[in-house]
Amino acid sequence: MAQLNKLSTSNLPAAVLDRRQAVPALIEHPEDFLMVGGLAGAAQELTAMTNDGPAVFGLGGAMGAAPMMGLGLALAQPGRRVLVATGDGELLMNLSALATIALMAPKNLAVICVDNGHYGETGNQDSHTGMGVRLDTVATGCGFPVVFTINTEDDLPEGRRLLREGGLCFILLRVKEGPALKVKRSLSPAVVRTRFRMALLGTE
Amino acid sequence: MADQDKDAAAWPDALYELLRARGVTQFAYVPDAGHKVLINRSLADPDAHSVALTTEEEGVALLAGADLGGGRGVLLMQSSGVGNCINMLSLTRGGRFPLLTLVSMRGEFGEGNPWQFPMGQATPKVLEAMGVIVLRADQPEEVIPTVSAALTMVFQSGEAVAVLLGQRLIGAKQF
Repeated sequence: MAQLNKLSTSNLPAAVLDRRQAVPALIEHPEDFLMVGGLAGAAQELTAMTNDGPAVFGLGGAMGAAPMMGLGLALAQPGRRVLVATGDGELLMNLSALATIALMAPKNLAVICVDNGHYGETGNQDSHTGMGVRLDTVATGCGFPVVFTINTEDDLPEGRRLLREGGLCFILLRVKEGPALKVKRSLSPAVVRTRFRMALLGTE
Repeated sequence: MADQDKDAAAWPDALYELLRARGVTQFAYVPDAGHKVLINRSLADPDAHSVALTTEEEGVALLAGADLGGGRGVLLMQSSGVGNCINMLSLTRGGRFPLLTLVSMRGEFGEGNPWQFPMGQATPKVLEAMGVIVLRADQPEEVIPTVSAALTMVFQSGEAVAVLLGQRLIGAKQF
């Protein structure tokens, strides 16, 4: 039977954090940010944390869009802190966005990758990170000035600080496989866009 | 002929001025000879963001994010890059995001590289299939009125519009 190769880079400790506690504990005060959530778990978690609030644009498709949406938003709103939360699968689909973002180096953008090593929405297949691909190393190689990996609860305070004060930063949040926080959310991107712009800009 | 050459050289600078005058601040591109002047002008402009992409679909997402923050941008690409954007245009279409893209055409008038034909010939059909309105300029004097019309359609009416800059306008690359 064919198997995926476990890479020699897969020497990290086993993930111990549960995303349902770790994501809210890391972000803590979502009202500090304008937020873009990658599909699917990350978008659901941001939506759940804000009671489906208007400062979240959560994706339900267009896989790979979240980091670049965060860049466009950060460049357009230099006075606000922008947070992208996405998963390993979403980030892997457009990995080179990290290179583009690092070149632009917006100081008001933080990217969290909630890395569970699996494609949770499609049957829990191993993702490349589950086989050993290191997204923190990739971010460093792309030129992110601040890269921080969260393996345990003890790492969360520094992660919280970097999200707010770390300038352009990439935070790899390593979590166990398992469900995300879920809440009923609008899957109409046009509705979510209008709501986001009305709250931020006062115009459709 | 001398006048025509002069016009041909003048439209890219006039186009940059038009885009800036209409509030465009984010210039996203994969490097391309057809957009050389716009790219260089954006790099030299302290009030614009010049965003070098690795793949064109990054630009589609970038401009959606810019719109969320009240910013305006343009995606500069070659026709071959249109194919890289297809699924990402779900975001534009589904979210009713305004999108302006200027597409320098290959694989048509006078093309000498056979690799360029499949995507070049498919470009208008692919864009239209994803809900993008397609306009076209083939003569230097058509560029400014066409892009001006597109700017209104995009930023006043909220549509997604591609302006194809024909190979007749840009000149076929010599091999």
